Amino acid sequence: MISEFFMASNALVAIPAAAAVILAFQTDYKRASQINFAAAGVTLLFALLLILKEPESGSFLFVDDLNIVFAVLSTFVGFTTSGFSASYIRHEIETGKLTLGNLRFYHAMYQALMCSMNLALLASNIGLMWVSVEVATLTTVLMVGIYRTRDSLEAAWKYFILGSVGIALALFGTILVYMAAEPVLGQGYDAMVWSSLMEHAAHFNPRLLNVAFVFLMLGYGTKVGLAPMHAWLPDAHAEGPTPISAVLSGLLLNVALYAVLRFKMLLTANAAAVTPGPMLVALGLASVLFAAFMLYRRDDIKRLFAYSSIEHMGVIAFAFGIGGPLANFAGLLHMAMHSLTKSAIFFAVGHIAQAKGTQKIADIRGLTQSHPTLGWSLVVGVMAICGMPPLGIFMSEFLVVSSAFARQPLLAAPLVLGLLIAFGALLMRLIGMAFGEPTKSVVGEAEASSVPLVAHLALVLVAGLYLPSYLVTWFQNVARLLG
Amino acid sequence: MQHLSFDIAHLLAGGLVLVSFMLLYQDRLSGLINIFALHAFVLTLSVAWQAYVQNAPHLYLTAAIALVFKASIIPFSLHAIVKRLRIHRTVEVVGGIGLTMLIGMFLMGLSLVVMLPATTAADPFAREDLAFALAIVLLGLLMMVTRRNAVSQIIGFMSLENGLILAAAGADGMPLVVEISVALSVLIAFIVIGIFLFRIRERFDTVDLFELDRVRGERQ
Repeated sequence: MISEFFMASNALVAIPAAAAVILAFQTDYKRASQINFAAAGVTLLFALLLILKEPESGSFLFVDDLNIVFAVLSTFVGFTTSGFSASYIRHEIETGKLTLGNLRFYHAMYQALMCSMNLALLASNIGLMWVSVEVATLTTVLMVGIYRTRDSLEAAWKYFILGSVGIALALFGTILVYMAAEPVLGQGYDAMVWSSLMEHAAHFNPRLLNVAFVFLMLGYGTKVGLAPMHAWLPDAHAEGPTPISAVLSGLLLNVALYAVLRFKMLLTANAAAVTPGPMLVALGLASVLFAAFMLYRRDDIKRLFAYSSIEHMGVIAFAFGIGGPLANFAGLLHMAMHSLTKSAIFFAVGHIAQAKGTQKIADIRGLTQSHPTLGWSLVVGVMAICGMPPLGIFMSEFLVVSSAFARQPLLAAPLVLGLLIAFGALLMRLIGMAFGEPTKSVVGEAEASSVPLVAHLALVLVAGLYLPSYLVTWFQNVARLLG
Repeated sequence: MQHLSFDIAHLLAGGLVLVSFMLLYQDRLSGLINIFALHAFVLTLSVAWQAYVQNAPHLYLTAAIALVFKASIIPFSLHAIVKRLRIHRTVEVVGGIGLTMLIGMFLMGLSLVVMLPATTAADPFAREDLAFALAIVLLGLLMMVTRRNAVSQIIGFMSLENGLILAAAGADGMPLVVEISVALSVLIAFIVIGIFLFRIRERFDTVDLFELDRVRGERQ
């Protein structure tokens, strides 16, 4: 018991939880943003420690090769976003958009969100995972509605209702998995624990597992933002504070995807159950094509990139649906690259919206002249997200497409079509925003902190040019695990 | 004795489905809230019966949560909200009541067709409860889709969630049922507080969710 208490994975849950309590009582917002930053940093250190240690397993948390990738990515983006958040909220306080009371709440919720996401990733049983995804949904709903404007409340409400329905369906699926496991593993806790579920999956009732997977796919798929269950995503991204948009796109979607992948592994382990791949491929392709066409009609900069997140989650779901070592590797890499790039774009967008005082694309012109660092970062970020070489997303998208061509050439064609359409849409909007005669600005560039932004883009660039062999072996192991 | 405990469990679960159908055709908000209180009450009986049959004392706690929270506090506060927001007016049902009931019956049949063959190996107790639970979940979804008013959508969601509790209670010896029902109650409390505290009516002008389409941010 003592050794379980000192597991490094406990720290990933305990530190944000403790920080959330402290921040709830911290009235000085500058101090609060420092505590927020420090707590996220320490959590990241413990996540890195997890890589070095052997896999751990306790009664509630466990660490294996799969969830550690997600945990490290999640704590890293959580850390950089807390840095961005500090400079973002300073401006929001100065312009009076947020009050000090709001900020206390905001910081506490930020850490509560980190805590629930880490718990969802590390939870060793399906019940605890469900509860933590639910808590993560609640905290983000509260943060989306934090501006208390008509639009933000409407967005929060819509997110809430759709998210709750998704969560409810996922719970039904969770209960069905328990029902399938119970005759084999006996009543009680064992029939909900991942390790014993995976070990005995071959003996479960396949028909029950099939029904369960449909509910889990629809339920957690809603949280991934796959079309046709994506409707909450653009509103929630556009109306909340920008650090939350970055966390939503960069992390929360991944957490839901992690849940889907775990259950996919469970079904793959049972030979008689339906193959989960085609369902993921279908939803993924639908998301890519739908989002690509929707990108053309956006007039709000944050909504534009929210639709781009739907597109990329579609690409990732597609890759995991195709399956096999190469496609899984590509999916993992794409997920990591997308998290880094999309959060970097939202960092840039947050500062741009503050600098120009608007989120309307039509009112943002000539950024490279008026705000060179922000403007050029946006250019690099959008180039990266479009999949231009030599940035990281080019490589992961190339791998996804080539592995799809190798295994299902007919499916690769619509994927490429979707990617090209999205490329055109994003480029069209980017040229308008980055170049031309600058529109009037509310504030200059000096206020924005560009460190987290540049750090993310640099990582994406480095990953595109050279992936360390250590990382490659690591991802290959995980890809093999995913089957 | 075994036979009797089966019959009572089925009677209660079937009764819950029946009340779900009753929810579908209510066209006044106050009536809808009262029927929902009945729904939660039948759920309480059903879970308490499962607790007795399975000899699982923790399920009594789930039953108590359902009775105190869902059958009393929630209907009471919803009545207060309806009075405060002055939305006693009739609820319009998109597509008409007849069609909704027909779809409801189709969903009921669907859940039997899906669940019964899938659960042949499972304990017969859990088996039919699960089919009923799925029917309640689907009927709750149907209600959320057909109603335009925020309060009736919440009632649809809560009836859906009652179906989940029924399924969880019926799954023999499932751990964490109490925790899950607490988590769901928190979720619902948030929704109700959301309407009440943030006074959605003030911001929305109406509690009509068709308004939400406006925020999609498309180019005019």
